[in-house]
Order: sequence, then structure tokens, then C-alpha cells
Amino acid sequence: MREITYAEAIREALSEEMRSDDSIVFIGEDIGIYGGAFGVSKGMLAEFGPERVRDTPISETAIVGCGVGAAMAGLRPVVEIMFSDFLAVAMDQVVNQAAKARFQFGGQFTVPLVIRAPSGSGTGAAEQHSQSLEAWFVHTPGIKVVTPSTPADAKGLLKTAIRDANPVLFLEQKLLYRVKGEVPEGDYSIPFGQAAVRREGKDVAVVSYGRMVGRCLEAAALVAAEGIETEVIDLRTLAPLDRDSIVRAAKKCGRVLVVHEACQTGGVGGEIVATIVDSEAFFYLDAPVRRCCGQDTPIPYNRNLEDSVVPQTAGIAEALRGLCGRKS
Amino acid sequence: MTITREKLGELYLKMAQTRRFEETAARLFTEGKVHGTAHFCIGEEATGVGVCSALAKEDLIAQTHRGHNQAIGKGMSLDLMMAEFLGKEAGYCHGRGGCMHIADSSSGSLGANGIVGGGIPIAVGAAFALRYRKVDAVTVCFFGDGATNEGAFHEALNLASVWKLPILFVCVNNYYAMSTHIGSHMNIEDISIRAKAYGIRGEAMDGNDVAAIYEATLEAKEYVKREGPMLLVLNTYRIMGHSKSDPQNYRSKEEVEGWKKRDPILLFRKQLAEAHGFSPAELDALDEAASADVARAVEFAEASPEPRVEDALRDVYAV
Ligand SMILES: Cc1ncc(C[n+]2csc(CCOP(=O)(O)OP(=O)(O)O)c2C)c(N)n1
Ligand SMILES: [Mg+2]
Repeated sequence: MREITYAEAIREALSEEMRSDDSIVFIGEDIGIYGGAFGVSKGMLAEFGPERVRDTPISETAIVGCGVGAAMAGLRPVVEIMFSDFLAVAMDQVVNQAAKARFQFGGQFTVPLVIRAPSGSGTGAAEQHSQSLEAWFVHTPGIKVVTPSTPADAKGLLKTAIRDANPVLFLEQKLLYRVKGEVPEGDYSIPFGQAAVRREGKDVAVVSYGRMVGRCLEAAALVAAEGIETEVIDLRTLAPLDRDSIVRAAKKCGRVLVVHEACQTGGVGGEIVATIVDSEAFFYLDAPVRRCCGQDTPIPYNRNLEDSVVPQTAGIAEALRGLCGRKS
Repeated sequence: MTITREKLGELYLKMAQTRRFEETAARLFTEGKVHGTAHFCIGEEATGVGVCSALAKEDLIAQTHRGHNQAIGKGMSLDLMMAEFLGKEAGYCHGRGGCMHIADSSSGSLGANGIVGGGIPIAVGAAFALRYRKVDAVTVCFFGDGATNEGAFHEALNLASVWKLPILFVCVNNYYAMSTHIGSHMNIEDISIRAKAYGIRGEAMDGNDVAAIYEATLEAKEYVKREGPMLLVLNTYRIMGHSKSDPQNYRSKEEVEGWKKRDPILLFRKQLAEAHGFSPAELDALDEAASADVARAVEFAEASPEPRVEDALRDVYAV
């Protein structure tokens, strides 16, 4: 199968959807001639024109709010927030408006809005351009949260997001934009709430999502050489959360490590652990459920510091060994 | 008003230092010595240098992401700026912030902001605190043309106006917000008319004339202390790309070349020679001094240690 990048896969999904549904409009800062801060929308202005690919002033509240209103009035807007950190500027529109409009008006409105935003650290862009904020939104009923880890998933999940009748926060992984992978041509979609098993194993299960999935796979390969067989679960969407897959993996392996880049305290990992201990999987556990997550700190500028506060492959491998009672 | 010869030399030197600092920073990028990004103000040196050179130490500034000129204008150390740029412990923010977040509490910088418009309400709060504490000082808040489209700008100007705070809002209008020309991000040509909506004074002027900016700031300082907020718009141009990764496919080479002829450093050099009797040798000496200062800053930064990983969680909270 042909390989394309994560960024290209996103562009392909959005472009294919825009070709087949002219109620989709695409709104954001510097998405036109510039092609977006990460080049995702390169060429889209030329294909779809300025009526559908709309550059905006630097006005995040207006961008998201405009998406909410346009969705309530019959369009299917896709809005881009240049860095997910800037969602904080538009927080009212995301949390109090988009996520509430259906419920508070008794189901009269749908808000088929997609908010695309790049997430994560690793670029040396420091505190205000590196956060992983998914937990804020997972904690907000009414909005779905998607965290694709591969180009193929990015395409299939974005299609589902665009076709969904609800607001969807589509958190793209900055460091994956240039990563290539096999992506089917043409139309397909991936349902929300279905985790993927990226590697099978029986000794220990790792539950992760987003760019950390790749590191979990690397760590699994490292410890495989030492005889530890790791099952790697990629959640793909955090809201809805595939609790069945988490419970199944915990029962199968008896040992679970949860990995995410976002800081640990108050993170999605806590919900994953709770899902396990709150289910019959509890009785299958051979060890405490562990977390390997970002430290509870803003992301620093200096590269060594930046690397030191988010999970690295070696640290994940070490945590796997620890869970399995091995010393390195 | 006449500016002293010494002050004229200082304005020139600071602009030359800013230029050299950024040219050197750009080179360090290409040498792979920097992890991150930077926003250069080449072509806009006169704005931050002119304004900040008119300020006293107690006056506060809120900087932008494109603020090396603001920092140098306020008297910040090239050594500590360069060390911050290279992420070193000796840097202003101990390598935690990088050049998008340079701050120096001791020289009155409340910090540069990575969130467009994020610093504007903060500056209003600082201006309020100074007045409340009966400190005879002003606050100067920098932001770009693009930032005036954020809600934070409008809320902050209105609040400053109703509280009649001693704050000077300085809009560095370089006609672009990333790739977006001002003509498509606002429907007015003169940003200073936004002041009208908040009942405050608004003025626009050439942002490449450092001496005129310096003088205008001296006057504005007195005005804001007496009458409350003012919006000063400095019209200039960003010669470099928006950040280090910018295809610059949104503007023409001719446009950039046209503005290069209005390079604020060249203009000032000419002015100093023709109207103030600076000799070519004197001006060259200032250029050389700027280069030597920056070279020393690089040496200092490269020789200083990396932050220690054990200290990664320091300063998440004050103790
Ligand atoms: C809230 C927010 N939105 C978007 C950005 C991305 N961004 C950084 S600088 C910039 C352009 C800012 O334009 P302007 O205010 O005119 O300042 P200039 O860069 O031209 O100096 C943009 C869009 C950001 N950092 N913060
Ligand atoms: Mg600008």
C-alpha cells in the first residue's frame, strides 16, 4: 500500500469530505496560502477557494464560536486552532457553548463541528506551545476527543469526526505530522470508541494513545528481547473511551501500564486505572496498575529538560520490567 | 526638543546590537545549535529600541514574541539573552522559557508572550498595581497588528480606559499577522482609530524613525501619567519570515525589497551623519562595538552550563 504522512492523511480526509459535501467549510488562522502552521492544508485554498477555506484574523474565540454558530445553522465546519494551547483562549466557546448547545436546548440543535488542533511537546516551543490538554475536554461531557496515532487512523478518524453530529476535538500530534505510514486510498472511516491492539502479548498490557503509542511499541520491542511479551493498546479516542478493551487487556495480562504524555495528575490515565479497578479485571491483577506519564510541570524550553519531563522509550521499558518483576 | 548626542549614539548602538543579535541567532539555528523557534524583528528595530530607550528603569514593559529590540531597548543583557536563547541555566529564565519568553524583572520586563494578545491584560494589571502602590512609573505594552483582533486587546483597552491607568499601548504594525496581510484581517487602514472605541487617545507614526519614536514616547509617558491610556501605532515592516519556518509565499519580493530601502538602521545612520555630525568612523565604531558585544554574548552562552535535569520541577510553584 502507498505510504503518506500523517499531515497528508489529514489533508486527504478533509479534502475528500469537502469534495463530497459542500456544507463543509474550513476556518482558521493562516490555513489558506500559508497552508497552516504545520502545512496540513497546503493546496486546499487552490482547490476549494476562499469561500470554503477561510483565513481568519487572530481571534480564537470568534473562530470556534463561528464554528458553533455555523454548525447550529446547518453547516459542518472544520476549524483549525493553530496550537492546541490556544484553545485556552477560546475555552468558553468550546466548553460552555459547543459542548452544551444540544443538551441545554433540549436536543433541538446539533453541533457537527470539528476542532482540529496540534498537541504535544518535543519541538522546543516551550510552555505555551507544547501542552497535552486532552483531559480538560474528556472532563467536558458533550464533546468527543480523538487522538490518532498513525496516518491511517488520522484519515479514518477525521472522516468519522466530520460526519459525527457532535462537536469533536481532533487532537493531532505535532511530532507525527511528518511520519509516514500506509494509508488506504479512497473512502473509509474508523468508528469512535474502538481501541486498536497494536501488538499482542500476554505478560503485560500497555494502554496509551497519540504519539506515545509509538514509544510504547519501541519499549515493547526492547523488553521482548528479554522475554517479556507486551500487549499494546491504542485507545484512539478518549471520549468515547473503549472501556471494554481496557478491561479485556487487563484481564488477559494481569499487569497494566498506562502511558501518556500529558502530566499525570488529573490526567486521562487516572480514568483508565479507575476503569480497571472498578471492573472484574481487578480480580485478575497480579500487580498494581502503574502509570508512566508526563511530570506535573509546564513543558520547559531546554531540550534535555523537555525530554526529562515526558515519557521516553527507555523509561517505558523500565516501567514494563518493573511491573514484571525484572531488574534491568 | 533636542536629543543628546549620547542618546543618539545609544539608540544607534542598541539597534545595531539587535540586528547583530538576530543575525547571529539565525546563524546558530543553521548550525543546529538551537532547539525551538524564534521570531526576528529585523526591519523593526526602531520600534522597541525607540520606545524603551525613553523609559526609566521603574517603567514596566510587556513584550511580544518578536521582542529582542524591546529587551535590548530596555537595557537587558545580551549575554543573558543569548544564554536563554541557547537554553542555558545562565539565561534570563534559566533555559526554561527560550527567546519567546524572555523576561527580566530587574529591568522592568514583565516578559515576552507566546500567546498573541496574552500580555495586554497583564500590562493593564501592572499599570494598576503601579498606580495603587503610588509608584511614579508607566507601563508600556507591546503587541502586533494581528493581536488587536484578539478579544483580550479590546477588553484590556476598555478596562484601562475606564480605570484611567497610566499605560501606553504600543502596536507594532508590520502589516502582517503571519501570512495574513492587514488588509484581510481588519477593515480599517489606521489601527490607531481603534482607540476611539474606548475613548482614549490614538496616534500612528512612522515606525522606522527611531529618534521620532523616542521623542513621541517621552511625550506619551507624560500624557498617560496625566490623562490615562494611549494607543501608539508604529508602522514598520518585518523583513524576515514570521518564524524560522516560513515559505513567505504570501508577499512579493518587490515589497520586501522596497522596505529594505527604508531599513531603520540605514535611515538613522544617514540622519546621524547628515543632521548630527556623526562621522563614518564613529558610526563604524558603534557597529563594531555591537558585533563585539554579540560575539561576547555567544561566547558567554556557549560556555555556560545546561540546566540540570534534577532541577526540572523547580519553580512550578513558588516556595
Ligand atoms: C493566541 C494565539 N494565536 C495564534 C498564535 C500563533 N501566532 C504567533 S505570532 C502570530 C502572528 C502575530 O501577528 P502580530 O500580532 O501582527 O505580530 P507579528 O508576528 O507580526 O509581530 C500568530 C498567528 C499565537 N501564538 N497565539
Ligand atoms: Mg504583525
